[in-house]
Amino acid sequence: MNKKLLSLPYLFWCAAFIIIPLCMVVYYGVTDKTGAFTFQNISAIATAEHSKALWISILLSLASTLICLLLAYPLAMILSNLHVNQHSFIVLIFILPMWMNFLLRTMAWQTLLEKSGVINTFLEFLHLPTLNIINTPAAIILGMVYNFLPFMVLPIYNVLTKIDKNVINAARDLGADSVQTFIRITLPLSLPGVISGITMVFVPALTTFVISTLLGGSKILLIGNVIEQEFTQTGNWHLGSGLSIVLMLFILVNMVLSAIFDKDGEGSML
Amino acid sequence: MKKWIVMAFCTILAAAALTGCGSADKYPNGKVYVFNWGEYIDQDTIRMFEEETGIQVIYEEYDTNETMYPKIEAGASNYDVVCPSDYMIQKMIDNDMLAELDWDNLPNAQANIGAQYYEQSTAFDPGNKYSVPYCWGTVGILYNTTMVDEPVTSWSILWDEKYADSILMQDSVRDLFMVGLKELGYSMNSTDEAELQAAKELLIEQKPLVQAYVIDQVRDKMIGDEAALGVIYSGEAIYTQRENPNLAYAIPEEGTNVWIDSWCIPKNAENKENAEKFIDFMCRPEIALMNFEFITYSTPNVAARELIEDEDIRNSEIAFPDLSQYKNLETFSYLGEEADTLYNNLWKEIKSY
Amino acid sequence: MKNAAKKIYIILILIFLYAPIATLMVLSFNASKSRAKWGGFTLRWYRSLLQDRNILNALWTTLSIALLSALFATVIGTISCIAIQNMKRHNRAIIMGITNIPMLNAEIVTGISLMLLFIVLKINLGFFTILLAHITFNIPYVILSVMPRMKQLNPNTYEAALDLGATHLYAFFKVTFPDILPGILSGFLMAFTMSLDDFIITYFTKGPGIDTLSTKIYTEVKKGIKPEMYALSSIIFTAVLILLLLVNKTPTEKKA
Repeated sequence: MNKKLLSLPYLFWCAAFIIIPLCMVVYYGVTDKTGAFTFQNISAIATAEHSKALWISILLSLASTLICLLLAYPLAMILSNLHVNQHSFIVLIFILPMWMNFLLRTMAWQTLLEKSGVINTFLEFLHLPTLNIINTPAAIILGMVYNFLPFMVLPIYNVLTKIDKNVINAARDLGADSVQTFIRITLPLSLPGVISGITMVFVPALTTFVISTLLGGSKILLIGNVIEQEFTQTGNWHLGSGLSIVLMLFILVNMVLSAIFDKDGEGSML
Repeated sequence: MKKWIVMAFCTILAAAALTGCGSADKYPNGKVYVFNWGEYIDQDTIRMFEEETGIQVIYEEYDTNETMYPKIEAGASNYDVVCPSDYMIQKMIDNDMLAELDWDNLPNAQANIGAQYYEQSTAFDPGNKYSVPYCWGTVGILYNTTMVDEPVTSWSILWDEKYADSILMQDSVRDLFMVGLKELGYSMNSTDEAELQAAKELLIEQKPLVQAYVIDQVRDKMIGDEAALGVIYSGEAIYTQRENPNLAYAIPEEGTNVWIDSWCIPKNAENKENAEKFIDFMCRPEIALMNFEFITYSTPNVAARELIEDEDIRNSEIAFPDLSQYKNLETFSYLGEEADTLYNNLWKEIKSY
Repeated sequence: MKNAAKKIYIILILIFLYAPIATLMVLSFNASKSRAKWGGFTLRWYRSLLQDRNILNALWTTLSIALLSALFATVIGTISCIAIQNMKRHNRAIIMGITNIPMLNAEIVTGISLMLLFIVLKINLGFFTILLAHITFNIPYVILSVMPRMKQLNPNTYEAALDLGATHLYAFFKVTFPDILPGILSGFLMAFTMSLDDFIITYFTKGPGIDTLSTKIYTEVKKGIKPEMYALSSIIFTAVLILLLLVNKTPTEKKA
């Protein structure tokens, strides 16, 4: 039996459902309704509305990626030092919320954040100033952080648990204090997890259209919303594909980055 | 690790037990694919139709005319019955996407729907070849009387800074522009670029005051006292008032949109006969009454209106307004592809502002 | 002191993660149909859920797609892992790059690209197209969780089995398979969960008359979610939670 043959079904699958569909997006993106070649759909990103939508998307997703990282890293460190011998239990705690539907979970934030919502009722009860962030960019960032935090925690946690404790002990023995140990040993060793986490958060945050609709009151147009509208409402698939190509460029950069820093796929989620 | 898989399987088994694992040949007479607005029918009527005719109804929902259209246009999905609004029906007729109805198969539709609604329909469906009116109504302002003291008579209240962050606008292109155009005194079917630009500027000016652009969430938000003013379809007013008695509905004096949503059959429908049976079934007085009571949108079904027991509702100004007392009422018409693009681009400018 | 701070931090994060879920569960007992108003306690929605054919159908579709796509993805993914493992370094890098595409690419682009494919090929959008799409984005999760186990394998044991007269298939099931099983199982579970939670890709590849819970909820979001939906989600969530707790109480596979 030739083991090379085993790869055939998968190669076929990749070609049929990954490569060819992407080529079709590119095809639609560089043609117009008559089928003639054009760069218009791609250069449309430069128009005021589109570039603004892209810019806001980048800002919001960078902000939420950063917040996720700041929240997740300490958390992953604490968790990895917990000596819980059930690795899978920790993972499950963060995967468990996914069994509650993503849209419902995000909708629930509406109920929590609204002017007369749960959080504000609670704050009023304590005579504290109320929180008015629903339908603002802050609410969208919150929604992104909420939905994508597990994608940041898990890779970092996985990498941290794999670090050989002897390396850290050796550093301490050689006279490094805890800050030095962290900066020179733990942090560099955990970098693959961090990079993979950043990718896993940044890309979905950059391209979401659901979170901005549910928590932003449709007042903030993200690039994902523009593309979704072109496909489902305006019916201009060519423009939608053109803008998707622009998005793919960002994703490509992301992929190259993660390939450089995470060569062996150490920072995977599992 | 094995426990994980055990978990997954247990859940599935439980669910399989819940759903009863599909049904056998309960439907000898084929299927009908219905594509309707969200929560725009009493599900019991569908069940009754299935039992009586042995036709299985496959029911799907959409939220705006604009999201419905590309799905029919793409042709990858063959729906048999759709329920677009006036201007969208015209667009679909223009693009040869609708099938002509066979009125011989629609006796209830002929007998029970009021003649004035058919006449109104000729504006977008000349000769009444393609559509059977299902619901109609106006668009107005729903307001919370505990938050708004002054009488609501004009669209301009939506630009009042007193109500900053308490205004809900519609998140669909034509409905949003209707408010801007009417406020300026223009026709809501305007294709004049200067007029549309002016409306766009006005709506951009309003944006900081707007709490959210929503479609049907207006209901929940108004019921929950989240906002003071909301642009809403008249049909929702009765339901929301029932849930929150502080709400009132007003039609602004600058005029508004009078709309009709009608049953149509797409050209590529595979079950046209079943589709006609479905439409006709929905036009029966008692069925139309059930739907009216469930969705509270005004019914053009005269026979059904007679059957309404609650006199207040039967003569309700909101459910059945006397349109002659309002000025400047209009119905949307399809404005052509060029105007569509213009509207969409201006809309995008407002939303991304 | 430091430990207390750590505990508080973990608890805060858990509150953040689980507060919306608690909210939904509370809403499932809300007598008022509107999300915005508390109308008293009721079990009505749990009862009417059992009669709501639409929701139950959506649940059935969601689960069967999740199960089937996870199964197919696991089989294809595991086989490919064996094949990839035996490839030359250069080819391996290329194929792993392609594998990562559906995971790293924007869901909206993946969804749209598949929709375009199906429409051009004139495949009617429906159960089958959703299934194909889900298998496609599930395979990477399987490969990524099986691959590390594969790398840890000692190739000599497999060779030894062959030398002792085992067929390739027999050697695989007796030697390789038990070692990579944990990876396969976690890949399966991951794929199952991802499929269950997916909205965007399903949204673009679904056709008339077929709804998963996600797409059903999305149409309802605009109108106000039906309380039955809260009830159903609460049931699913509680069931999984209880199973998880039960399974974790029984002492299993204690690692040193």
